[in-house]
Amino acid sequence: MSRAPATKSPAPNRSTPLDETRRFSRSLVTPEGVDLGVRIATAGERAGAFLIDAVFMVIAMIVLTILALFAGVRNTQSFDIVAIIWLVGFFVLRNFYFFIFELGARAATPGKRILKIRVASRGGGVLKADAIFARNAMREIEVFLPMSMMAANADSVDGWISLAGFIWTTVFIFFPLFNRDRLRAGDIIAGTWVVQTPRRALLSDLAARPDLPRFESRFTIEQLDAYGIKELHVLENVLRQNLPDSIGLVADRIRRKIGWRKDPNEYDGVFLRDYYAALRKHLESKLLMGQRRADKHHGAKR
Amino acid sequence: MTETFVLRSGRFRMEREADWKRLERLLERAENSGAGSLSDDELMAMPKLYRAALSSLSVARAISLDQALVGYLESLCARAYFFVYGARGRLSKRIGQFFRTDWPLAVQRLLPDILVAVAATILSAVAAYVLVVNDPDWFLSFVPEGLAGGRTPSASREFLRETLFDDSAMRNELSVFATYLFTHNASVSILAFAVGFAFGIPSMLLMALNGCMLGAFWALFGMHDLSVEFGGWLLIHGVTELMAIALAGGAGLHVGRAIAFPGQRTRLDAAAEAGRSAARVMVGVLIMLFIAGILEGVGRQVITSTVARYSIAAGTLLLWLVYFFMPRRAEATHV
Repeated sequence: MSRAPATKSPAPNRSTPLDETRRFSRSLVTPEGVDLGVRIATAGERAGAFLIDAVFMVIAMIVLTILALFAGVRNTQSFDIVAIIWLVGFFVLRNFYFFIFELGARAATPGKRILKIRVASRGGGVLKADAIFARNAMREIEVFLPMSMMAANADSVDGWISLAGFIWTTVFIFFPLFNRDRLRAGDIIAGTWVVQTPRRALLSDLAARPDLPRFESRFTIEQLDAYGIKELHVLENVLRQNLPDSIGLVADRIRRKIGWRKDPNEYDGVFLRDYYAALRKHLESKLLMGQRRADKHHGAKR
Repeated sequence: MTETFVLRSGRFRMEREADWKRLERLLERAENSGAGSLSDDELMAMPKLYRAALSSLSVARAISLDQALVGYLESLCARAYFFVYGARGRLSKRIGQFFRTDWPLAVQRLLPDILVAVAATILSAVAAYVLVVNDPDWFLSFVPEGLAGGRTPSASREFLRETLFDDSAMRNELSVFATYLFTHNASVSILAFAVGFAFGIPSMLLMALNGCMLGAFWALFGMHDLSVEFGGWLLIHGVTELMAIALAGGAGLHVGRAIAFPGQRTRLDAAAEAGRSAARVMVGVLIMLFIAGILEGVGRQVITSTVARYSIAAGTLLLWLVYFFMPRRAEATHV
C-alpha cells in the first residue's frame, strides 16, 4: 500500500487547506511510471453518496411495488405475479444495485457519480468483477443486517441483544473513520478504495499576456526573489477566485513586502496580475536551471 | 509562433492543448454512453492520446508553475487511465472464463475451508439428531415454528408422509414459493459469507444452525420410519442447496481466516486476496441456489418417486464434484 510522502509543515498546529489536500492524496503510479496522485474520497462524500443511493433504491422500490400491483390488478386470476415481481425486484435491488453500477465503465453508482467519486483497485490495477462483488456483499452486514435487526427489534428482543446489535452497527458504520484510507469492511476484503474523480476544466493561463516583456522589467530581481512557489500558488488562487476584498488585502501585503510604491492610478488587480506573471516567469526559469524554490523561506538571507 | 505566450510553459501548453481537448471529448462520450459509442479509429487513438497526456503531465510538473494546468492534466490522465486500463474485454468471454476456470479453481483453493463448513454442518446435524431422538421437545428449539409448518413431533405419520409427497397446499403458489426459496437462500448465503469478516466464527455458527435444523427434521421423520423418504425429499434439491450453503460458509471462513492469520503478507493484502477468491465462489453459490430453487420448486413437485429422487440427487452430486475437481489448467487472468 502506498503512503503519501510525510508532510513537514512549518506550522504543525495549524491545519492549512494545503495540508488537508495532502492528507487525502495517495500515489497511483501508472504502468508508464507516472504518479497520478489521486485523492481518496472523504467520509462525508462516502456517506453522502450512500444516502443518495439509498433514496434512489427506495424510489425504485416504490415504483416497483406500484407496477407489481398494477400488473396484479389487470391479471386478476393470479396474484402470484405481484409477489414474484416484488420478491425478485427487492432481491436484485438489495444485492445487485451497487454491483451492476460499479461494474460499468465509471465504476460508480449514481450517488457516487453525483459526488464525483469512483471505486478503484487499491494501488492500481484493473478493478475486477470479483472485487466489486466482494465489497458490496459486505453491505449485507454493514447495512441490511442492522436494519432488519432494528425492524425485528421493536418488541421481542431483550436488551443485551439490542446492545450487541447496536455495537455491531456502530463498529461497521464508523469503520472508515478509523483508518487513513477511509476503507469500509467491504473495501478491505475487496482490495478497493474510493477515489475522487474531479472533472477540471482547462482554465486560462494567467501569465499568457502579450505585454509580458514590457512590464517584466518593472520588478527588480530582489522583488521577484521575495517569494517562492508556494506563495505563487496562493496568488494564483486569489486571482482566480477574484474577490475584491482579498485582492486588495494581498496586493497591500505584497507591496509592503517588496517595497513597492503604489501609483495612485494603479489598480490592485492589475498590479497582482503583473506581479504574478513576472514572478512565474522568474520562478519557471529558475526551475529550468534546476532550482526549485519551494517557498519564501527557501534559501533566503543569502 | 504567436507572441501571446512568452513563457515557455505557455508555449508548451498551446502546442498540446488540442490533443488534450480531443482526449477529454472522447472520454466524455465513452463514460456517458459506453466504449461502444466510439469508432474503431477513436478507440485506437485513445491509448495514444492517453500516453501523450501522461507525458504532458510529467513535463508540466517539471516546467510549469500553473497549478490549474497541472490539476487539469492530473484529472484528465486519471480519467483516461481508468478507461484505458479498466478495459475488461467482452462480457460473453468473461462469463465463459468464469465457468471454465475461475469458479472451479476458486472452489479448489477454498477446499479446506469448505470441508470445515461441511464438518460443522454434519456434526451439528448429528448432535441435533441425537438430542431430538432422545427428547422430542428439543425439536422446537432447533426449528422455528413458522418453518416447521405443522411438522412437529406431535404430528401424525400420515401427515408427515403427505408433506413429503404432496405439497398440494403449496402447489398453487408454486412459482412464488420457488422465488421465495431462492431469494431467501441467496440472502442467507451472502450473509454467511459477509459475517465471515468477524474471523469466520459467525459463518460457522450459521453452518451449525443449518445443521441443527437438518438433524432435527431428520430425527422427526426418522422416528416415524420415514428417513428414506425424507432423504429423497430433501436431497433432490438438497445436494445442490446444501453444497451451495457449505461453499458460502467456507467463503466466509476463508476471509475470516485470512484476516485473523495473514501469514507472511500484510493483513490488508491477505484480506483482499481472500476476499476476491471468496467472491468468485459466492457468485457461483448464487447460481447453484438458483438451480436448487428450480429443483425444489418444480422438480420435487413433479417427481414423487423416492428412487427417482435419489437418482437425481446422486446425479447432481456427481456432476458438481466432477465439475469442481476435474483437473484443468489455470488461465493467466481472472474476471
